[in-house]
Amino acid sequence: MSSSAKEIKNLISQDYKQGFVTELEVETFPPGLDEEVIAKLSRIKNEPEFMLEYRLKAFRHWQTMKEPDWAQLNIEAIDYQSISYYSAPKKKGDGPQSLDEVDPELLETYKKLGIPLDEQERLAGVAVDAVFDSVSVATTFKGKLKDAGVIFCPISEALQEHPELVKKYLGTVVAETDNFFAALNAAVFTDGSFVYIPKGVRCPMELSTYFRINAANTGQFERTLIIADAGSHVSYLEGCTAPMRDENQLHAAVVELVIMDDAEIKYSTVQNWYPGDENGVGGIYNFVTKRAECRGHNAKVSWTQVETGSAITWKYPSCVLLGDDSTGEFYSVALTNNYQQADTGTKMIHIGKNTSSTIISKGISAGKAQNTYRGLVKVGKKAENARNYTQCDSLLVGDKCGAHTFPYIEVKQPSAQVEHEATTSKISEDQLFFCQQRGLSAEDAVSMIVNGFCKEVFKELPMEFAVEAQALLGISLEGSVG
Amino acid sequence: MLNIENLHVNVGDKAILKGVNLQIKPGEVHTIMGPNGAGKSTLSHVLSGKAGYTVTQGKVTYMGKDLLGMEPELRAREGVFLAFQYPVEIPGVSNIYLMKAALNANRKHQGLDEVDAMDFLTLVKDKIKLLQMDEKFLYRAVNEGFSGGEKKRNEILQAAILEPKLCVLDETDSGLDIDALKIVAKGINSLRTEQRSFLMITHYQRMLDYVKPDFVHVLADGRIVKSGGPELALELEAKGYQWVGGKAA
Repeated sequence: MSSSAKEIKNLISQDYKQGFVTELEVETFPPGLDEEVIAKLSRIKNEPEFMLEYRLKAFRHWQTMKEPDWAQLNIEAIDYQSISYYSAPKKKGDGPQSLDEVDPELLETYKKLGIPLDEQERLAGVAVDAVFDSVSVATTFKGKLKDAGVIFCPISEALQEHPELVKKYLGTVVAETDNFFAALNAAVFTDGSFVYIPKGVRCPMELSTYFRINAANTGQFERTLIIADAGSHVSYLEGCTAPMRDENQLHAAVVELVIMDDAEIKYSTVQNWYPGDENGVGGIYNFVTKRAECRGHNAKVSWTQVETGSAITWKYPSCVLLGDDSTGEFYSVALTNNYQQADTGTKMIHIGKNTSSTIISKGISAGKAQNTYRGLVKVGKKAENARNYTQCDSLLVGDKCGAHTFPYIEVKQPSAQVEHEATTSKISEDQLFFCQQRGLSAEDAVSMIVNGFCKEVFKELPMEFAVEAQALLGISLEGSVG
Repeated sequence: MLNIENLHVNVGDKAILKGVNLQIKPGEVHTIMGPNGAGKSTLSHVLSGKAGYTVTQGKVTYMGKDLLGMEPELRAREGVFLAFQYPVEIPGVSNIYLMKAALNANRKHQGLDEVDAMDFLTLVKDKIKLLQMDEKFLYRAVNEGFSGGEKKRNEILQAAILEPKLCVLDETDSGLDIDALKIVAKGINSLRTEQRSFLMITHYQRMLDYVKPDFVHVLADGRIVKSGGPELALELEAKGYQWVGGKAA
């Protein structure tokens, strides 16, 4: 290793700052999964009858399914019976009704994570739903949102307050039989966020959910459901962290977005689950199904993701472009370091006429990590004049990492235009030396080059989070050269 | 300003520089000429701190400080500038962004305030005229898709912005047609001051018609074998390097 490479290693050696554990009194189910566990879970959450039926149907189907096996990923077998499917901070009485009643220990946890739940110290114009292990612990600005007609609450609460809305939309984008992990999620999901934006309403603030896994040997299975009714608009952001633990932990979420006529959802993710240590021990398995359905005419959905965490990431935020003239966008930065593996990308399903989609994917691979883009562009028979543009760039830092690109294109309509561009490049010692010779530190040089590489994606993030995302990339490049 | 004493440098086990001595005073322009493989680029790399070279003997003092003990970025901030023989491309990073970041890193080191975007734009637009470059080069990614001549002009533009104390020009004339050479030479001449020194590495006498050096040194087989005034370059051109004991390339 050259001296400049060593320097980079030292300079950007930073620990995973979110790796602490919160000591709390918790209620946790013993490990294991059967119909009784599901019934108990449903009972604890006081769910309507249709939910238990839904869960059991999913569970029965899940039992018939086989865990997928990916060509490009190395995964240790997961023992689903050794995972606990419910863990929640012990409630005092009926649970917190307002922020004043939330356990101060929890508020402190979120404060440490840079997510103040105290509305006085709020992030400017951002409402936050905080999900801790299996439950939502607090949601800010509910009042203000309610005035605008927006429903933003934990999905468990939505099942109590708006069961008809949940029943109408839940599982309509991602069926409980969709895939192995989606079926598991449907059977055991515990909490997550629910958003409903009524007709013609432009949501007055950014909405965000912050997911935190705390308990050991627990899986987090959250469910997010966002409905943008005709002519409405919402921008939503999720963030994720977890303590440093030597065991792998499973996170299998499902996100469903429904977009009606002329509505728009902008969904951003900054994912920073614990990635495991530099030897590849521990870390989160992030197996997530995210899908948006543009049901209406001229509906628009945009996924922006910055993925820096998790031992393994497996996710393909997808857009089903059902309505004529609807638009799907996918902007992604996936950074893998040390022994992290990412297999991520998107699916653009063109069904309606004049539908268009854009995919910009930036994969950065450092250390001994493997980074895979896997994407599907499918144009159906009736999707006249469908258009897709895909750009897939990979950046390698060092010479022990890998980048892979698997674009799948299926076109059944002759008027479709599908473009695909791909590049692979490497941060070289020469580039670093050049920058140093101009007076920049090696750390600043790497960060400048990586940020330059990701620029097209960062500009899609809400302002407040673009800065955070840039900082996160710097931290995640720990020991990335040599 | 710069004092090189008995400098020996290896690449791996191979000795490249075998006892180089050179003194540069403020305001002087020194030229190093020599055949291929004489160690010219090695000298420029060692002075700027590139990895992969081992100094086995000797020392280099710059402004009274031990230059070889300094990190590359510190040398740069202290005013040592290397115009690269092969400037690298940095996709995604705009030229203007790199130059502003570099200038601010230098200013910070000198205890000065950072320049803001507007002031920097005024500065850079002024300097870019000197190199007869189009303003669009500012917004393109660093050296990406630049021609050989554009890359070399861009190097001198960076020197003009960073205002170093010592400019090491590593074959800045190579790959330039005569028009580009004149522009680059004009840029270099405009940077000459009574304080600023130059170490100009070149193969050809041609460059010296436009940038007149105070001293010419011939580097052959890892040593400076002959030194003189500008007339030495003309003599070399006529007689070839074998005349001074260098091997023909």
